[in-house]
Amino acid sequence: MSDARRWQAVIGLEIHAQLNTRSKLFSGASTAHGAEANTQASAVDAALPGTLPVPNRAALDKAIAFGLAVDARIARHSVFARKNYFYPDLPKGYQISQYERPIVSAGRMPVRLDDGSMIEVAIQRAHLEEDAGKSLHDAFHAATGIDLNRAGVPLLEIVSAPVLHSAHEAVAYMRAVHTLVRWLGICDGNMQEGSFRCDANVSVRPVGSDKLGTRTEIKNVNSFRFVEKAIEYEIERQVRALEGGGSIVQETRLYDAAHHHTRPMRGKETADDYRYFPDPDLPPLAVSAGDIERARAALPELPWARRARYEDTLGLPAADAAQLCADKATTDYFEAMLATLPGEAKLCANWVLGELAAALNDALLTIEQSRVSATALSALLARVRAGTISGKIAKEVFAAMWAGEGDADTIIAQRGLRQISDGAALAAAIDAVLAECPAQAAEYRGGNEKLLQFFIGQTMKRLRGQGNPQQLNALLREKLRQP
Amino acid sequence: MASRTVAQLAQDLRAQRTSAAALLDASLARADALAALNAFITVDATGARAAAARADASLQQGRASALCGIPFAHKDIFCTSGIRTTCASRMLGNFVAPYDAAAVERLRDNGAVMLGKTNMDEFAMGSSNENSAFGPVRNPWDAARVPGGSSGGSAAAVAAGIVSFATGTDTGGSIRQPAAFCGITGLKPTYGRVSRWGMIAFASSLDCGGVLARSAEDCAHVLAAMAGHDARDATSVERPCDDYVAALSTTLKGIRVGIAREYLGAGVEAGVAAAVQAALAQLEKLGARLVDITLPNAALAIPAYYVIAPAEASSNLARYDGVRYGQRCAEPKSLEDLYTRSRAEGFGAEVQRRILVGTYALSAGYYDAYYLRAQRARRLIANDFVEAFTQVDLIAGPTTPTTAFRLGEKTGDPLAMYAADVNTVAVNLAGLPAISLPAGFVPTESGVGLPVGLQLIAPAFAEARLLAAAHQFQQATDFHLREPGS
Amino acid sequence: MSIDHATVRHIARLARLAVAEEELPRLAGELGRVLELADQLAVTGADVEPMAHPHEQTLAWRPDLVTETDRADALLALAPETRGGLYLVPKVIE
Repeated sequence: MSDARRWQAVIGLEIHAQLNTRSKLFSGASTAHGAEANTQASAVDAALPGTLPVPNRAALDKAIAFGLAVDARIARHSVFARKNYFYPDLPKGYQISQYERPIVSAGRMPVRLDDGSMIEVAIQRAHLEEDAGKSLHDAFHAATGIDLNRAGVPLLEIVSAPVLHSAHEAVAYMRAVHTLVRWLGICDGNMQEGSFRCDANVSVRPVGSDKLGTRTEIKNVNSFRFVEKAIEYEIERQVRALEGGGSIVQETRLYDAAHHHTRPMRGKETADDYRYFPDPDLPPLAVSAGDIERARAALPELPWARRARYEDTLGLPAADAAQLCADKATTDYFEAMLATLPGEAKLCANWVLGELAAALNDALLTIEQSRVSATALSALLARVRAGTISGKIAKEVFAAMWAGEGDADTIIAQRGLRQISDGAALAAAIDAVLAECPAQAAEYRGGNEKLLQFFIGQTMKRLRGQGNPQQLNALLREKLRQP
Repeated sequence: MASRTVAQLAQDLRAQRTSAAALLDASLARADALAALNAFITVDATGARAAAARADASLQQGRASALCGIPFAHKDIFCTSGIRTTCASRMLGNFVAPYDAAAVERLRDNGAVMLGKTNMDEFAMGSSNENSAFGPVRNPWDAARVPGGSSGGSAAAVAAGIVSFATGTDTGGSIRQPAAFCGITGLKPTYGRVSRWGMIAFASSLDCGGVLARSAEDCAHVLAAMAGHDARDATSVERPCDDYVAALSTTLKGIRVGIAREYLGAGVEAGVAAAVQAALAQLEKLGARLVDITLPNAALAIPAYYVIAPAEASSNLARYDGVRYGQRCAEPKSLEDLYTRSRAEGFGAEVQRRILVGTYALSAGYYDAYYLRAQRARRLIANDFVEAFTQVDLIAGPTTPTTAFRLGEKTGDPLAMYAADVNTVAVNLAGLPAISLPAGFVPTESGVGLPVGLQLIAPAFAEARLLAAAHQFQQATDFHLREPGS
Repeated sequence: MSIDHATVRHIARLARLAVAEEELPRLAGELGRVLELADQLAVTGADVEPMAHPHEQTLAWRPDLVTETDRADALLALAPETRGGLYLVPKVIE
């Protein structure tokens, strides 16, 4: 029986984010997803003799944006290097990457864990490199087919320091990076399409030790859930092995989702000697102080800064702030609502995270696809704030808006949902209920204050739910006090 | 036609003493007659005739550049769409590029008429044109001798009067050394002056496209057409080109010519040294001032070159794997088998040797001792030139330590072959322009005089100065006008 | 200097070049001699900045535009073995 408490897991993540440029990193071929095989591979991508790489400015800009967002050092001079190895999806027999002088280094990222606590994850480096093509092993019986459409698409490889100590921390960090690259608009984060991929380096060591144990690399896990499971499995596997007197082999492993385990990847038994050297076809990249300042000025308010502002300035609870800032589209929606309904942060937050979220979930839509726009929802909430309708009625109105029946005012008018705040009308309803329920009235006056809810319910029913709750409550109490 | 320069032929064409079609016919006939030289891998008579017809039309309309209608050849390292580009290798024996090299585009746009693709050392690796999968090339001055390499076919084709000029590439001397061995003028421009787009890579930080012709004036015309920035090559320089032709008339008066003692050392054959000394005296007579200089790190050039060039080559040639083009072995049993057998079948011995050396030099544990040291040596060599050029305007010396050696003489010993590049490689490491021009002859026992080349080196982007100096020398001498067999 | 056969085999494997056993002695000798040449570089000091490019050039960039059209037919036609628009290699198992 393994005792997990005696061991500390040490995890580092290497995330490959495909940068959402229109053309490839070193060629003018399109990066659009889903094209027919080899129709987006130019002579440069197919590594024809005599072809040469010319780099894409937008890829550099996106890398710099990421670096500034994680408070990293942007290299004023950085170098493209060749990583040499043979594989059919790597047409040149080398990948143009960065080795000794990456564009981004020494960054850090605040990450919020599920329990609300924060960790700061050190990012060792982020560098530009080109993606490889695709090997299709199941296309033919005795052969592997190669599609080079993906060869040359720009990647930002983001390498964390080995400072994560649980699968949970690792996934929280991965989610934070995922949010950030989408927030900055540099990567669409679509894991199904392969635009956001994660490799995990996992090792364990006895608690208290400062030496790193032998690590394994788990490759290409394509969902948050699988990353968590794969790391959990791997930690347990390593602990079990070490406690049983065995040792860990440094190897690459794949996560098998069907069997919930990791297994060694075949064909990677010998470590590759990549023979990195500066690419002679590409002079060094120079980034000026002006370039960096311009990029810094163009950065949006970052997720954690906005989250802090929501907590400190808008007074939102931490959990709400975190949820609103988990996704740029959500925060954009919220900000749009606040623009038309300033000062109502809590109300807007409740609705975005409550009714709207539920409606989106049920319909399997993203917030960008919401059937009710931010301004339309704000208009509805403005009516609640003005006392035109109650919060409860607003939910009914919202449902009707979601169903496409029109805007808030139209629905309120059509369905006659205006809140009844007229004292006389309320009094009349209350009187009627009290007359119908003398026994309960007596009980209430006798001391059973809980029956207030009963009277509220009955009166509201009479008023078809449209009674102004605050006024009703006050008036009921008053009337019940009287014998 | 054989003795006419580009400039003379351009006049002939405009004066209607001849036509592009007639020039082409003469070239094709001569190519046929001299097939034993093995200067060509491919002759494209059909394409050439069509180009000649177009050239004649342009000449008629009076809208023709200096090279219009002039027959020439491309070294078989420049991609030509529709006509195979082999790099003299089995690996690319049937490779037909679907696009044209920048140099091919530019010369075609100027109306020059391509006869075909010339023989070379495989993948530009060699100094004798004996490393070709299509057989060796012979020196037109003595068929038992090598023409030099790797642009041996281009040199032989020009020296033998088959074409007026030919393109070449120079990574360690591959234009200049064959030009010297064949008694013609060969220009290596500054690195980055001529686009490498479509010029199949050997060593990317050293490869330079250039020209071999019968005179510096001809080289100036061709360079004007070939040079210039190309956005498809990230190492191509944006600096505007000088007017090389207009600058030819600049005299040598007051030009300081540096003589590096390291280039006239013990390894230089007596006959070569004598011819070069006489040439230097001639430069003085034309107004130049000779200055003694030193290039203290010259001895590091060969070792540095033979680490850096193979290292870059080992990476550049990794794409030849039998998958997307080129040689593929029969019935590969596995991916490993596909790679190792296709490459062993496709590459000749020298190429394989250099790939292995280069792989070793970059491999784990050896990178610092070999590759990194070589790049440091490179910096020292480049600095030597920068320092020297604060005192002189040009540097002169013999292009090669010997005249053309015999076929088979050095093939048994790679290092002996490498030593032939001792005066040329430093120029590539520093990225500078240099020219080799005929400066005399050394008689052999058979009585045939073998050509001697004088090398002039200039600072980066000073091709105009280089061409002018060579042109002035050629106005006062006639070595460049001599022809083999005459 | 001498390079042992195991090293030659290792380097040949890295370079994916099939080398026959009987070639190993010759290759080992040739490689050794070339590398001996390189030993002359030992004099260079570590205080010298390595030179990877001959000029003090910095990288020029291109704008993010799609400039290439579909050339699948022309490019696949160059390949020795293709099927269904894919390049073929012997089956690889991961």
